[in-house]
Amino acid sequence: MVNGAKGTESIGAKKEQRKQILRQIAQNREAYLMMAPFMLVFIVFTVIPVLMSLPVGLTDFDLAQFPPKWVGLSNFYNLFLNDSIFIKSIRVTLVFALFTGPLSYVLSFLLAWLINEMSKPLKVIFTLIFYAPSMASGVYAVWQLIFSGDSYGIANAALMNLGITHSAIQWLTDSRYILTVVIIVQLWVSMGAGFLAMRAGFQNIDPAQYEAGAIEGIRNRWQELIYITLPGMGPSLLFAAVMQIVSAFTADIVARNLVGFPSTDYAAHTIMTHAYDYGWVRFEMGYASAICMILFLAMYAANRLINRLLGKYTE
Amino acid sequence: MRKRSSAAERKPAVDPGKLKASSRRAGRKIGGSVLIFLFLTVLGIFMVLPIWLMIVNSVKPVNEMFIFPPKWYTLNPTLDNFKDTYRVLGQMWVPFSRYVFNSLFVTVSVTVLQCVFASMAAFCLAKVNFPGRKFLNAVIVLALLYNSNVIYLMQYMVMAKLHLINRMAALILPSVASTMGLYLMRQSMTAVPDAMIEAAKVDGAGLFTICWRIVIPNQKPALMTMAIFAFQGAWNITGGTFVYDESLKTLPTVIQQAAAGGISRQGVAMAAAVILFVPPVLFFILAQSQVMETMAHSGIKD
Repeated sequence: MVNGAKGTESIGAKKEQRKQILRQIAQNREAYLMMAPFMLVFIVFTVIPVLMSLPVGLTDFDLAQFPPKWVGLSNFYNLFLNDSIFIKSIRVTLVFALFTGPLSYVLSFLLAWLINEMSKPLKVIFTLIFYAPSMASGVYAVWQLIFSGDSYGIANAALMNLGITHSAIQWLTDSRYILTVVIIVQLWVSMGAGFLAMRAGFQNIDPAQYEAGAIEGIRNRWQELIYITLPGMGPSLLFAAVMQIVSAFTADIVARNLVGFPSTDYAAHTIMTHAYDYGWVRFEMGYASAICMILFLAMYAANRLINRLLGKYTE
Repeated sequence: MRKRSSAAERKPAVDPGKLKASSRRAGRKIGGSVLIFLFLTVLGIFMVLPIWLMIVNSVKPVNEMFIFPPKWYTLNPTLDNFKDTYRVLGQMWVPFSRYVFNSLFVTVSVTVLQCVFASMAAFCLAKVNFPGRKFLNAVIVLALLYNSNVIYLMQYMVMAKLHLINRMAALILPSVASTMGLYLMRQSMTAVPDAMIEAAKVDGAGLFTICWRIVIPNQKPALMTMAIFAFQGAWNITGGTFVYDESLKTLPTVIQQAAAGGISRQGVAMAAAVILFVPPVLFFILAQSQVMETMAHSGIKD
């Protein structure tokens, strides 16, 4: 805010500016008070741990030796030059994110919109149906049953009954199918936070605007969506985009629960899985931290890109 | 936002009689609605099938579990899996009611605190022009994106310093400040017309009053959505290594323990999943039916 002003005459201006900021702070003390409860908890349980975690990637922290040794950027060198599985995990993550991210974003929006066209009880029912997978945390057991490798698996039984295949397919252990299966299940659980936020965004639009629109000559649902609904939904769209980035890039729970860890040939080995491997299996926290750092930078870049794409809708 | 307001501004030019007559939405054809309904139903069936299977398998008797081809229904539903889960839980030396109490206490506290704290903070970040606002908004988004597997360790260290380990607060406090909830509310509140807030200020209302009396009541869709996220997250809190006393554990922890260790049977795992699935669903239905669209902005125009 304060420009690096040179010369003595600008000191007075600087002082004046500082005074003005102090005055603004004093004027807004009610706002600071209202934010205080959240910020206090946020700082203690999020900001401080995050700041503490930042330098870990530059050490060889392994939970056993304390203090950890400073290794500079060598974790990062090793990741890109000596770790072929990491390179593979980048590819898996990109394929995974490109398939699940945009697809479930568009699908979330489409479904949120179509549900909004229904009557009120149907809205609640359909929203529940599409959001339910996000609430069923223990449902992976069911998917294992569906994609079970023997003929008792639902998918195999169906395909064999229809005569499409004659022997059971090893969905969860054959590296040709693993990533596809994981992507399908991820899409199934992806009507999550972003979807609900979009539903809220649709519901937050003043009905009077639709009435006004009808008089102004809006003729169908499509025009209504483009001219009235979308312009009012920018903030929700942006929120959903951020949530989509997070879930597309950090998804590892589906894969770990479904195809086990590590997956055959590392076919579903995402960057996050790699971090899990080094962090919680080998306890090489420094290395795992470096992996997470790279992932964060990738997500940050994706976020910047999306911000630019949705730019005209953002504040 | 700008386009929206222009549509709204032009409204008064219309003769009110005409407005009343056209209060239904533009260009709704029955055929389109039916098509949409069918599309949603077909896709919905695909979404529901795995959950249906989870429920069916939780009441399937053991001898029907491994029939080929697998069945999507059962003719002899049984509650054995639920009874067995309950029996194992009853054998633990901490009474079952204690776990239920822990879970309810944690869920309610986290949900309420999260909604109250995030709503107030979101209002200021969205609608008050104070020094540092841009910075805080940026920090919130960065915190949403940042994900590191050492954070958990660092949280442990912070909590150990504060002597919170193995206390009820260790289950609640780390989940109270939800950046996701805050960001959701903030995004939603940017649509609140500034004129509305200015008008209230002229009438002598402070920020606190404006926030709770005027803005929040108009933010029901976002508020209820945040409550759903909060409830769901809180209900699944297990405490991890933050608590180690058996009497501080929550329902998800012990039910998963019972399903995995006590009676290892597929049906029991399904029963456990069903038990944990029901409360968030009930809360979801409750919260979603609270959202009355007619409330949005209560006729206040930009």
